[in-house]
Amino acid sequence: KCDMSEVLRQRELKPGQSPYRALLDTLELSNSRLSLQLINDNNKVRLLLELYRLQGNMTRVKINELKPLKPRYEVPDVLLSDPITEALSVVAQDENSLVVSLGGKDQRLILSAQPFRLDIVEGSQVVMSLNSRGLLAFEHLRTRKDTISHKISSTVGSMWDSLKKDDDKPGMWEETFKSHTDSKPNGPTSISLDFSLPGVEHVYGIPEHADTLKLKNTDGSDPYRLYNLDVFQYELHNPMALYGAVPVLISHSTDRTMGIFWLNAAETWVDISSNTTMFGKILDFVQVSSEAPQTDVRWMSESGIIDVFIMLGPKPADVFTQYASLTGTQSFPPLSALAYHQCRWNYNDQEDVKTVDQGFDEHDIPYDFIWLDIEHADGKRYFTWDPSKFPQPKEMLQGLMDKRRKLVAIVDPHIKVDSGYKIHNEIRSKNFYVKNKDGGDYEGWCWPGNAGYPDFTNPEMRTWWASQFAYDQYEGSMENQYIWNDMNEPSVFNGPEVTMHKDALHGVWEHRDVHNLYGLYVQKATADGLIQRSEGVQRPFVLTRAFFAGSQRYGAVWTGDNAAEWGHLKISIPMCLSLGLVGISFCGADVGGFFKHPSAELLVRWYQAGAYQPFFRAHAHIDTPRREPWLFGPENTALIREAIRQRYALLPYWYQLFYNAHRTGQPVMRPLWVEYPDDFATFSIEDEYLIGKDLLVHPVTDEGATGVTAYLPGKGEVWYDVHTFQKHDGDQSLYIPVTMSSIPVFQRGGSIICRKDRVRRSSSCMENDPYTLYVALGSQGSAEGELYIDDFHTFSFEEAKQFVHRRLSFSANTLSSRNLAPDSQFSTASWIEKIVIFGGSQPSSATLKSADGTESALEFEFDSTLAVLTLRKPGVNAAADWTIVLR
Amino acid sequence: MTCLHLLLTLVFAVSLGTPVEIQRPRGVPLTKKQFYEESKPFTCLDGSRTIPFDRVNDDYCDCKDGSDEPGTAACPNGSFHCTNAGYRPMFIPSSRINDGICDCCDTTDEYNSGAKCENTCKELGRKEREVLQKMAEITKEGFLLKQQLIEEAKKGQQEKQSKVTDMQENKKQLDEKVEALRTVKETAEQPEKEAKERHLKAWEEQKAAIRLEKDKAKMAETFLELDDNADGFVSVSELQSHAELDPDADGTLTEIEAQGLMGGAEQVDTSTFESVWPKIKDKYHSEVSREEADISCLVRCLLCLCVVQAQPTIKTPEKTHEDEEAMPPYDADTQALIDAAQKARDDFEEAEKALREMDDQIRNIEKELSFDFGPDAEFTYLYSQCYELTTSEYIYRLCPFNRVSQKPKYGGSETNLGTWGSWSGPENNKYLLMKYEQGTGCWQGPNRSTTVKLTCGKETVVTSTSEPSRCEYLMEFTTPAVCQEPANIDPSPHDHVEL
Repeated sequence: KCDMSEVLRQRELKPGQSPYRALLDTLELSNSRLSLQLINDNNKVRLLLELYRLQGNMTRVKINELKPLKPRYEVPDVLLSDPITEALSVVAQDENSLVVSLGGKDQRLILSAQPFRLDIVEGSQVVMSLNSRGLLAFEHLRTRKDTISHKISSTVGSMWDSLKKDDDKPGMWEETFKSHTDSKPNGPTSISLDFSLPGVEHVYGIPEHADTLKLKNTDGSDPYRLYNLDVFQYELHNPMALYGAVPVLISHSTDRTMGIFWLNAAETWVDISSNTTMFGKILDFVQVSSEAPQTDVRWMSESGIIDVFIMLGPKPADVFTQYASLTGTQSFPPLSALAYHQCRWNYNDQEDVKTVDQGFDEHDIPYDFIWLDIEHADGKRYFTWDPSKFPQPKEMLQGLMDKRRKLVAIVDPHIKVDSGYKIHNEIRSKNFYVKNKDGGDYEGWCWPGNAGYPDFTNPEMRTWWASQFAYDQYEGSMENQYIWNDMNEPSVFNGPEVTMHKDALHGVWEHRDVHNLYGLYVQKATADGLIQRSEGVQRPFVLTRAFFAGSQRYGAVWTGDNAAEWGHLKISIPMCLSLGLVGISFCGADVGGFFKHPSAELLVRWYQAGAYQPFFRAHAHIDTPRREPWLFGPENTALIREAIRQRYALLPYWYQLFYNAHRTGQPVMRPLWVEYPDDFATFSIEDEYLIGKDLLVHPVTDEGATGVTAYLPGKGEVWYDVHTFQKHDGDQSLYIPVTMSSIPVFQRGGSIICRKDRVRRSSSCMENDPYTLYVALGSQGSAEGELYIDDFHTFSFEEAKQFVHRRLSFSANTLSSRNLAPDSQFSTASWIEKIVIFGGSQPSSATLKSADGTESALEFEFDSTLAVLTLRKPGVNAAADWTIVLR
Repeated sequence: MTCLHLLLTLVFAVSLGTPVEIQRPRGVPLTKKQFYEESKPFTCLDGSRTIPFDRVNDDYCDCKDGSDEPGTAACPNGSFHCTNAGYRPMFIPSSRINDGICDCCDTTDEYNSGAKCENTCKELGRKEREVLQKMAEITKEGFLLKQQLIEEAKKGQQEKQSKVTDMQENKKQLDEKVEALRTVKETAEQPEKEAKERHLKAWEEQKAAIRLEKDKAKMAETFLELDDNADGFVSVSELQSHAELDPDADGTLTEIEAQGLMGGAEQVDTSTFESVWPKIKDKYHSEVSREEADISCLVRCLLCLCVVQAQPTIKTPEKTHEDEEAMPPYDADTQALIDAAQKARDDFEEAEKALREMDDQIRNIEKELSFDFGPDAEFTYLYSQCYELTTSEYIYRLCPFNRVSQKPKYGGSETNLGTWGSWSGPENNKYLLMKYEQGTGCWQGPNRSTTVKLTCGKETVVTSTSEPSRCEYLMEFTTPAVCQEPANIDPSPHDHVEL
C-alpha cells in the first residue's frame, strides 16, 4: 500500500557510506551560525549546511541546496518566532573534523567531513548522531531532461551524465495513484536523514497513528506515515497516516530524554529500527559501550528542506519546555470546554436540541455543550442555518444561554460552489481559492457536492475567514456558539487518497509542500475569528480533526472517526498520550465510538474513561441508534451520570493543569515515564496514565472485566484510591477488582487536589461554588498542590493578571495557602468548604489562622479505619492566605 | 461565605386572599415542617445523626441524606421545595439552588445568585388551568366517544362472533356438499376416461396404417428415381450417385459400401429394394431440387458445426415429415360422457372454491378477533382503517394493527416503516404506545421501525411524525380510545395551601 508513495524510493537507499562530504574550507562561523557546504561526490551537487545553537539546550540543523533552481519550501507560521540563538565556537579542528562547543554541560558537536556525519556528545557520551548510517539524501531540483537535454552546454554535460541515471526512473516526473495523476512539474524533490540514538530503546510521538505509545520497529513493515488524511474506519495498530501530523519524535532512556522536531509539512515517513549494534569510534575521547542498545530513526519527506530541531532534554519536562519554546503551548480553554460535550451527527432541529437539553435536566446529568454537525447548515453551506430545521438559531442559543450552556456548530473548509452562496462568491471574487495545476479554481467533491477549498495558507484569506465569524456576518450566531473544523486534512472525496491533488497550487507553492499544514491554518483562522468577534476579550474554543506541530495554540483535537469497539476505547489512551507528548494536550476520542452501536457496557466504560481524558465529548454517526445517556436503562443512566459528575467535581484540577500547560508546555495527560523517568517498568505502559502528576487513572477497557492490574509507580511512595480512600504502596503491580460503578483512580500521596463537589448542571453554574481540598499525605506526612482561579472565559488572566494562583502545602501538621502570583489580582466568591486529609492521624484540635490573625477552632471527624480526617467548613475565601494547624 | 439562610418567612395566598405567615427553614415543604423545630437539635431524616439546629441550612452538608440543607446547594443529594403559590409546588435538586437559573416560578431558588427571576407562577397557573380545562373538555368528550367505540366494538365483536358461528355451520354443509360433488365427479370421470382411451387407440391404429402406406409410396418413388436407366433395377453405381448415403460419412459412397447397402447384390429390383429401403430412407435426398438441397446441407452443416461449438447441449428437434393429421372428433356417445364429466367437475370446483372463500372469511374474522384491541376493545374501530399525514416531503400512512409507510410526496416508491408488532407502552398502560417493526432495511443500519404514541383526542388523526434516530420513526396519533374517565374534581386545586 505504500508503493504509491514516490517518497519511499528513499527507502531503497540502504545504510552505508554516505556520498556526502563536508567541505571544511567553506566553513563560515558568525556568532551563532555555523555554515558550510556539503558535496555529493556522486553528482557533485552542493548543499548548504547551517547549524545553530538555540537557547534552552537545543540544536538546529538546516540543510538546503546551495543553489536550488528555485526556492524550496520552508515551513512558515509554525515556529512562534525566530528561535533565540546562542554563541557557537569551534574548539578543535583537523583535516577531517570539526568540534563545536554547544555551550553548557560539556556539550559538543563533532562534524566529520568524509563521510559527512554529525555527532552530539556530552562529556564522553554520544547522545545522538546524524547521517551515521549515511542515509542523508537530497534530491536537488533539476530541469526535465526530455525538454532541455539538447540545450545542455558542454560544461554541465559531465554533471548531466551523472544525473541521467536518476532521471531514468519512472515516477519521477509523473506519478499515478489509482485513477489520479500527479503531474510533478518539479520532478523528484525528496529529502531524507538518519538519526542514531545510542542507549535508547524507547521512542514515542510522531502522531497521529492508531498505534501503541512506544513506537514500533518498522523493519519489515511500512514506516510510520505522516500525511493528513480523512480515513474511513481506520485500522488499529497500523502505521498508516491519519487525520493529523506532528513530526516530533521523543526518545527516552533512564539517562536522558530528547526530541527530534523535523519541521517539514510535506508527506513524511519515519522508519524506526532498534539495534544493539556497536557505535563506531569517532574521536579518541568518545567512548561508546559496544553493548549499548540503540534506536535508529530515519525521516523522509517528499519536498521542502531539512530543518531539524534537536531537543536535548535531558529530563522529560525539559523537552516539553524546549518544544513549547519553539511552537508554543496549549491554548488555555474556557473552563466550559473542559466539561462534558454532547454531540451527534445530527441533532435534527431546534426542537431536538431543546428536548436533549431538557433530557439532561430531567436525568440530572450535567453538560456544557451541545453540538450541531453538518446537517444544521442550509445544504452544507457553512455559516448558514437550515431554514426549516433551524429557523430561529438565536432563539435556540438564547434558550441554552438561559441554562448557562453553549453550542458548537460545524464549519468545514470545503465551500459549496453555488453562485447563490455569499461565502463562495466572496472567496471566488477575492481569488482566495486553491488553484489546480492549470491555474483555475481547484474543485473537489465533499459534503455539499462540488466544493472549492479556500487557500488558508494565504494570510489575507485567513483574515477574511476570521472576519466571517463576526456576529453581524455569521447570521444567527451568538456569543455562546463555538466552532468545530472537520474535514480539514483537507478531505476531497474524489481526490487521491480522499485528499487534495499534490499539484494543486497555493500561490507559488504546490499542495505537496504545504499539505500537512492546511488543517492547522484552518483552525488558526477560525480561532482568530472567535477572538476577534469578541474584540479580543473571550477565549475561543475550536475543535479540529487535522493538525500539525503548533496546532496546540488554537484549540482542541479529537482522534477522528473511531468505532464503537473495545479496541478503539483502548487505543484512545496511547493516541492522546502521544499527542500530549508533542504539545497537543487538549485531546479526546469520541465517547461511545463514532461508527457502529456500542453495547451499554462499552458505552458506560467509555464514559468512565472519557471523563478522565482532556476533551470529553460523546459523538455518534448519523446511521447509529440514538445514545443520549438516559437511553440505556436507569442503571446505566446512573452509571453515566456518576462518571460525568466525577469529571465536573474534578474540573478545578483540570483547569489548573491546563493553565499550567498553557504557561509551561507540560502535558496534561502524561505517560507514567514522564513522572517516573528512572523506572524502566513504566516505559511501555499505555493502559494507565497520569493526569498532571497527581492522579493515576486505569480505565477499564475490556468487556466483562472484573478487575484490572494497575502498576503504581514510585519506590517509597503511596497512592490513595479516590473511591475507597484505601492506601497502597508504590512500586508494585496491584490487582484491583472492579464493578461497573467506576474505574480505578488513585491520588498520589504527597499531593493536594482541589475539587468542587457541588456538581451542577453546567460548569458555569459552579463558578462561585466552594472548594473541597483532598490532601493525600505522602510517606513523609506532607503534601503539596495548587489552586488556580480566574473568570474562566476571558483573556484577563493574561492581559490584566486577573487570577488567583495559590500554593497549598501540608507539612508538620500545618496546612497553608500561600500566594504564588503576588502581582495578580482577582476576587472570587469561592471559599473553602471542606478539607479531607488521607493518611492522617487524629488530632486533638484543628485551628484556623486567617490572614488578619484571627484564630478559630475547626470541627473535624476522623475515620480511624481508613485514616481519613475531615475538617469541617473552614469557610475562608479561596483567594485568602490562611493556615490550619493540627495538634 | 458563611451566611446563614436559616429561616424564611413564607407568604401564602390562600383562596380567600388573606396572607398567612408560616415560618420554617428555606426549602422545607410544609409536610416536613414538624422535623425542623428551631428549639431542638436537628436529627437527619434518615436518623443517621443529630446536629445543633444552627447547622440546618448553614451551607455545609452534615447529613448523608442531605436533609440538613434543604435550602442550600451544600448536599449532593438534597432537594429544595418551592411552594410556587398560584401554580404547583415542586421539588428541585438542591444543585439548582442559586445556580443563576430560575427554576421555581416563585423565584425562591435564586435568593443569592444575582439572577433576575420574575415570579411567573400566576401566569403559569393560569396557562396550566387553561390547558387543563381544554384537556378536560377533550377528555370528557373523548371519553364519551370512547364509550360509543366500546359499545360498537362489543356489538361488532358479538356480530362477528355469531357470524363465525354461522359460517362454521355453513361450512360444515359446504364440506358435505363438496364431498358429495367429488363422488359425482369421480363417478362421471371413469366412463369418460375409458371412452376417451378407446377413441385415442382407434385413431393411433389408423395413423400407423397411413404411415405405412406413405412409406411404401415413397419407396416406390425412390426406386424410380434411383433407377436412372429405367431398367427396373437399381444398380450399385446408381446408388453410388447418392453420396449422402455413405455409411462411414467419409464423403464418398464406395462401391463396396453401396454393395453392402444392397445386401451384397449388384442390383435390386422393386421387391428386393424393400430390404434396402430401411437402410437408406433416413439419409436419402430426393433428386428433385438436388442442387438446392446440397447447398442447404452445406449451410446446415456449417451452422450445425457452429451450433455444436457454441452450444454443445442444444439438440435440433426432430422433424416429422408427415403432417400430423388432427384427431377426428369424438363420437356422440363419448362426447356425451365427456360433457357429463365436465359438468360434474365444474360443480365440484365451484363448491370447493366457495369452501375456500368461506375458510378465508372465517380465518380473517378469527384473526381480527384474536387482536388485542384494548381492555374494552376500544381500539377495534382502528382495524382495517388507514390514517395519513402529509408533511413537506412525505405522505405518512398509519394502518393500525397492520403497517406504517412513507411515500415521497412528489413521486417515488413507498417505504415500509414497520409492520404491526405489539403494544409497547409502560407497564401500567401498555396501550399508550404501538410498535411497528421489521420495515424496509436501512443502509448499514437496522430495519425501519415506528413507535406510535397515542394521546387522547376527539378525533382519530396522525398529528406528527419524526425520525428521532436514524430509521426509528415516532408518530403521534390522537384517538378517543385512550381518553381516561375524567376525574370528577375541581381542575384548579393549586390555589390552596397544601396540607
